Amino acid sequence: MNAASTPIDGDCFHCGLPLPAEAAEQRWSVRIGQVLEAMCCPGCAAVAQTIVDNGCADYYTTRTAFSSRIDGDGLVPPELRLYDDADSCRQFARAFENSAESGEPLLEASFALEGIRCAACAWLIERQLARLPGLQLFNLNVATERLQVRWNPAQCKPSDILQALHQIGYSAYPFDAARQGEQLRRAAKRLFRQTFIAGLCMMQVMMYAAPAYFAAAGSIEHDQLQLMRWASLLLTLPVLCYSAQPFLRGAWIGLKLHRFGMDLPVAIGIVAAFSGSAIATLRGAGEVYFDTVTMFVFLLLCSRYLELAARRKAASTLERLQHALPDCATRLSDYPHSMHGDLVAATKLAAGDVLLVKPGEVIPADGILLSGGGSIDVSLLSGESRPLPCAAGAALPGGAVNCGQAIVLRVTQAVHDSTLSALLKLAEQAAQAKPRISQWADQVAAWFVAALLLCALLAFCAWQWLEPSRAWPIAIAVLVVSCPCALSLATPSALAAATDRLLRSGVLVVQAHVLETLHRSTYVIFDKTGTLTKGKPVLRGVEAYDHSMGERYLQIAAAMETCSAHPLGAAIVQGAGATLDQTSVLRAEAICETAGQGMQAMVDGVIYRLGSASFVAQLAAVPMPAMAPQDAAMTPVFLGQAGSWLARFDLADAIRADARQTIAYFQSCGKQVILLSGDDWKMAQQVARELQMDGAYGEYLPAQKLALVQDLQRRGEVVAMVGDGINDAAVLGAADVSFAMGAGAALAQIHADTVLMTDRLSAISDSAKLGEKTMRVIRQNLAWASIYNLLAIPAAALGLLNPWLSAVGMSLSSALVVLNALRLRNKI
Amino acid sequence: MEALYLLIPISTVLVFLAIWVFVRASDSGQFEDMVGPALRILQDDDSVAPAVGKDKQN
Repeated sequence: MNAASTPIDGDCFHCGLPLPAEAAEQRWSVRIGQVLEAMCCPGCAAVAQTIVDNGCADYYTTRTAFSSRIDGDGLVPPELRLYDDADSCRQFARAFENSAESGEPLLEASFALEGIRCAACAWLIERQLARLPGLQLFNLNVATERLQVRWNPAQCKPSDILQALHQIGYSAYPFDAARQGEQLRRAAKRLFRQTFIAGLCMMQVMMYAAPAYFAAAGSIEHDQLQLMRWASLLLTLPVLCYSAQPFLRGAWIGLKLHRFGMDLPVAIGIVAAFSGSAIATLRGAGEVYFDTVTMFVFLLLCSRYLELAARRKAASTLERLQHALPDCATRLSDYPHSMHGDLVAATKLAAGDVLLVKPGEVIPADGILLSGGGSIDVSLLSGESRPLPCAAGAALPGGAVNCGQAIVLRVTQAVHDSTLSALLKLAEQAAQAKPRISQWADQVAAWFVAALLLCALLAFCAWQWLEPSRAWPIAIAVLVVSCPCALSLATPSALAAATDRLLRSGVLVVQAHVLETLHRSTYVIFDKTGTLTKGKPVLRGVEAYDHSMGERYLQIAAAMETCSAHPLGAAIVQGAGATLDQTSVLRAEAICETAGQGMQAMVDGVIYRLGSASFVAQLAAVPMPAMAPQDAAMTPVFLGQAGSWLARFDLADAIRADARQTIAYFQSCGKQVILLSGDDWKMAQQVARELQMDGAYGEYLPAQKLALVQDLQRRGEVVAMVGDGINDAAVLGAADVSFAMGAGAALAQIHADTVLMTDRLSAISDSAKLGEKTMRVIRQNLAWASIYNLLAIPAAALGLLNPWLSAVGMSLSSALVVLNALRLRNKI
Repeated sequence: MEALYLLIPISTVLVFLAIWVFVRASDSGQFEDMVGPALRILQDDDSVAPAVGKDKQN
């Protein structure tokens, strides 16, 4: 064990978290080796016991990080059985065609695993799975946290596999292969193969080409030269037929649509060079350009691979979206008469079903509250950090988290019609309507290609009339020397290098046009909750009626809120923790929480109430005395006892430290920075004023935000959007360039062009600075390419350049362009 | 330099062989996981886990 996983005496041996008060009596402990180790909860104890019983106690000596802790949100064993019935099985498993030897049908499926923390976890999982009967093959991919299994349905069920994993503390869920992430994985695999083969053939072809370059003309025997040419031709065939597929197919599609795309010059260059070289090889005379062909294909594929790798990393979070809505629900079939609940799959819920949602669980579908409850957390849907109170008869959206007591609700819409699904569809629609910003490159490419073909044709005809033997080589020279690399390589490779640099500082760029568009943008729109603010309420101030007792009141409030799951309660406890000294720890007894209002408890024999003004007023029974005016931007929480008001706590969501700096940078670039939020107007204005933004809009629904962005775009503005929370997803898709904070809901990350994996807002201004440098490099590359083409193409057409020189020139030119672009990898 | 007449064809065949080996390795998933094998090699215990104590599956 190294320092990272050496448990301290007051911590759980298994997960490393501090031991709560109950565990201190050593009620949960497991004998590992010769020592009785303390555990923090029955879950950790059960997992540790299973590990020891399975003979895998070595796990604790070889692990390099603490294990994950499975609590309520992992799948509980009864729920695992839902995966066994034929319908759901068919959804994620498929039949595996095996050889005729065993003759039994096997099923195959992929599971996504959670909780892998270090190498020892992989070992533990594999040992556990090896003990399952009927499991023919299992393949754990540590990098992607994916488990592929093949099992015999007669001997083993999916729930057995999930149960075995659950026993040692890992939660797994079936993984749908039709998801976008899987398609990207296949595309990446294909592209990697194409790049590898192109690289391999390129190196070999260059070896054959080297003698021809360095030898004086005529010093190599004709036969040997022919042999090398034939060898080069054979080795270029895989490159042409397999590796160059993306370009050939892209050019073909472009031709069918009557559009000159960027793939067309690449494809024409490759095919022309190859066919000319093939003819020369067959005739036994003339120049061959196989090395040019292979090198060209290889360089282009490299830059495409870099871009795709970044996109795959971003798309892996899409699988987490499956957890936004729970897989199962507790249905009360006989509601008014009994509270007996059955576990059903969420997809089978229909309108009219009555469900029970326990505290802390996610509401599976839209419904009307029948009884219980008190407050729900809709931050996933609206980005609001404050929980909303709800009473009987209120409409509850699917995806909200139950913050209060257990809820009984009647479903109004099936899961696929819920609010969450509708937002998903809206986001997908907006993503498809995204404006194509790279059209200018396509247009220039179109003109360039047209001009180039014309030029080659003219040169061919002219020389055919002047001196027929030189016509074909000159036409080839014109096509080869022209470097469409400026368009095909300069921009993509500069963007790929910059993307890689950003990735290393925690900014994941999913779409290649981000830097360019951010540079051009005129409006920068920020969301408030979670983007400009940290998304966690913080205690900002304590106003005590008796000023000397402020500290004590805070301690009393913290004592009452220690066991509360409320976000505001957590803020009070945290605020008190900063000023509390360990000697005076108060305990609250007889805690009674009234959902949506506050809580009442007894501390040191006195009954206190902590909560909203009206709630405390009931106990205090006196009018509230006047005190310092309340800031509209803060949430007040009052503390009172029988007969008097004691204090008011002001809580607010803290603004990020680097927000001001980021906004100032954008304003200095001449962009308009505005705030667009779903929270109330006053708060939005307050924050905008504090950060000196150019405008603020509050209480905007997702559809209104979308309308605002589209309105700006119609006026010709280029809109950049920074957001968080699912309700921003549609707007993020519609904006010209979008950024999503990494801590936000997974959906927004997918439809945004960039994901900020670090928690720093200043990463956006860093991206903008890098974007500026990238644009400069791209312009340099374009300038070089223009000069080069303007000089080289006429030279080739006039017969001044022989094809050999053209090939070298073109290769050097592309190398120069790529190297210039690679400079960006190390810039800020 | 007559050796070239033999060597060049051999090298070409070798490259195609290398391509074939690569494609086979890629098909069998060699390049999927770049992290796992590096970790697995450090585990000392290769023994098969005995079914000690608790019952297996219901």
